[in-house]
Amino acid sequence: MRRMYTHADKVFHSCNLTFMSLVLILTLYPFWYVMIGSVSTMGHLIRGGFILLPDGLHFEAYQQVFRNALIPTAYRNTLFITIVGTAFSMFLTILGAYVLSLKKLPGRTFLTFFFVLTMLFSGGLIPLYLVVRSIGLLDNIWALIIPGAMSTYNMILLRNFFESIPEALFEAASIDGESIWGYLFRILLPLSGAGLATITLFYSVSYWNAYFESLIYIRNRDLWPMQTVLRQVLQTAQMNTMLYDDARQTVAAETLKDAMIVITVVPILMVYPFIQKYFVKGIMIGSLKG
Amino acid sequence: MMHSAAARRNRKRLLKQYWPAYLLVLPVVIWYLTFCYAPMGGIAIAFQDYKILKGIFRSKFIGLENFREMFRTPTFPRAIRNTLIISILNLSIGFPVPIIFAILLNEMTQLRYKKAVQTISYLPHFISWSVTGGLIYMLLSPSTGAIAGVVRAMGGQPVNYIGISKYFRSIVVVSAIWKNMGWSAIIYMSAITGVDEQLYEAAIIDGAGRFQRIWHVTLPGIRPVIAIQLILAVGNILNVNFSQIFILINDLTLDVGETIDYYVYRVGLGAAFDFGLATASGLIKSVIGFILIVIVNAISRKLTDGEGIW
Repeated sequence: MRRMYTHADKVFHSCNLTFMSLVLILTLYPFWYVMIGSVSTMGHLIRGGFILLPDGLHFEAYQQVFRNALIPTAYRNTLFITIVGTAFSMFLTILGAYVLSLKKLPGRTFLTFFFVLTMLFSGGLIPLYLVVRSIGLLDNIWALIIPGAMSTYNMILLRNFFESIPEALFEAASIDGESIWGYLFRILLPLSGAGLATITLFYSVSYWNAYFESLIYIRNRDLWPMQTVLRQVLQTAQMNTMLYDDARQTVAAETLKDAMIVITVVPILMVYPFIQKYFVKGIMIGSLKG
Repeated sequence: MMHSAAARRNRKRLLKQYWPAYLLVLPVVIWYLTFCYAPMGGIAIAFQDYKILKGIFRSKFIGLENFREMFRTPTFPRAIRNTLIISILNLSIGFPVPIIFAILLNEMTQLRYKKAVQTISYLPHFISWSVTGGLIYMLLSPSTGAIAGVVRAMGGQPVNYIGISKYFRSIVVVSAIWKNMGWSAIIYMSAITGVDEQLYEAAIIDGAGRFQRIWHVTLPGIRPVIAIQLILAVGNILNVNFSQIFILINDLTLDVGETIDYYVYRVGLGAAFDFGLATASGLIKSVIGFILIVIVNAISRKLTDGEGIW
């Protein structure tokens, strides 16, 4: 139905529209600002304020960043932990979620309790660090994958998704002689594309974004992912030690930081439009049942 | 007798059918034992004068000495205070913002624009804290930052905002809103969609204006969701986002920014390597956090007729 618009409505809608546009600008401008910064000259930024355009396209900062051996290695490390880590996490999460979703499994309540308790109570940072140390994972790239591989929250989300598939299917399959394993691989997984996609993306993003683990478990800089290098670059006032491994210092430190941020964030910005709908789907699966 | 015999037979039949499931879940159980339950055993360190060379079995037991040590210096009480202050700021300022945003978004009439705003609003949720920290550093940089440019244009002298205590908490609260507003709004948006359309029409017939409709129909309609979210937030009051603090803090802002988690990190792995003290302070936080979450779950069960948060 079409309502009549009163004067007050018009005022409200234009205020609301202005507000929403402001939200858009405030969300996107910081990204735009570092992009401008990465290709502008220092002087332009210093005079600038909330500038809208760069004063040219100077790519020296990017050349400088990629000339440093640390960056390509870090990029490779990030890709490795994102791909291998996500696969490893999905493997464990699917197994856990599937078994938890078997309604008649003897001991199911205990198993659920066993997993969920860890969301409520943990040994803390130091005991975990010592465990990782004692199994010899310090200074090993697998330390960036294995100790943080499981998210109980994601496992519960996926269990909820599995449970939304009618149980009658499982009964029918059992009668047809399908085993517990066979049901998972031949029937359940092919039906769970949307749920699996969501959880896969949740894990990939968190691996891509992780930086803290490598700071505590990894001393060897050659094993650092991008996010950690970025964090170190931001924290070091004197960038010379981090990025200038040669004397050809032609670009200002601030511009280099801009370039570093851009190369870290651009992959996420590029895939975001295609994957965002799965994230919302994920939060909805979760809210069906806590 | 008969009954229990039948139950036992049934259980035996189930075990026979389900035993491969235990095999499937075994790797997961091993992971949990190693990375969740073994560290819980490591809590013993909190009561030891822990020496890494001696390990957990041969380090000296010192009772509550670590806990006494914790309160002997002002840094741990300060960390508790900072945690509570930042959490309360996040609750009082950061909590209502997504609700207001969701309501206003719902009032939008241009559907395509509405969808675009919503999609972009939760983009920051998927950006890492290192990058978000980077964006903040660049915007606030005293030399090249946008803020500095404005300050200079107005004849002022820009300062290093990220290194000054009085700005720290504002930066934390605002950046948390920037990062989470859109994502948190999703759940309110879906709750608003569930409000009965007839209630709005009845309100219009009764002559209610837009704000009256929001106040008397929309808000009561999403009240249960707001209540649950609020309770969860209160239950998490000791959990200030560690990644966020870690990326934003520096030696100049420790006095207002060091939270319990950051204290544990700094005492344990950042500088002092005092594992006993760090584990003890982490333990205090875990225990209080656990009690809070149990209370909170009991309350939410009451409010929602048996539907707890787990």
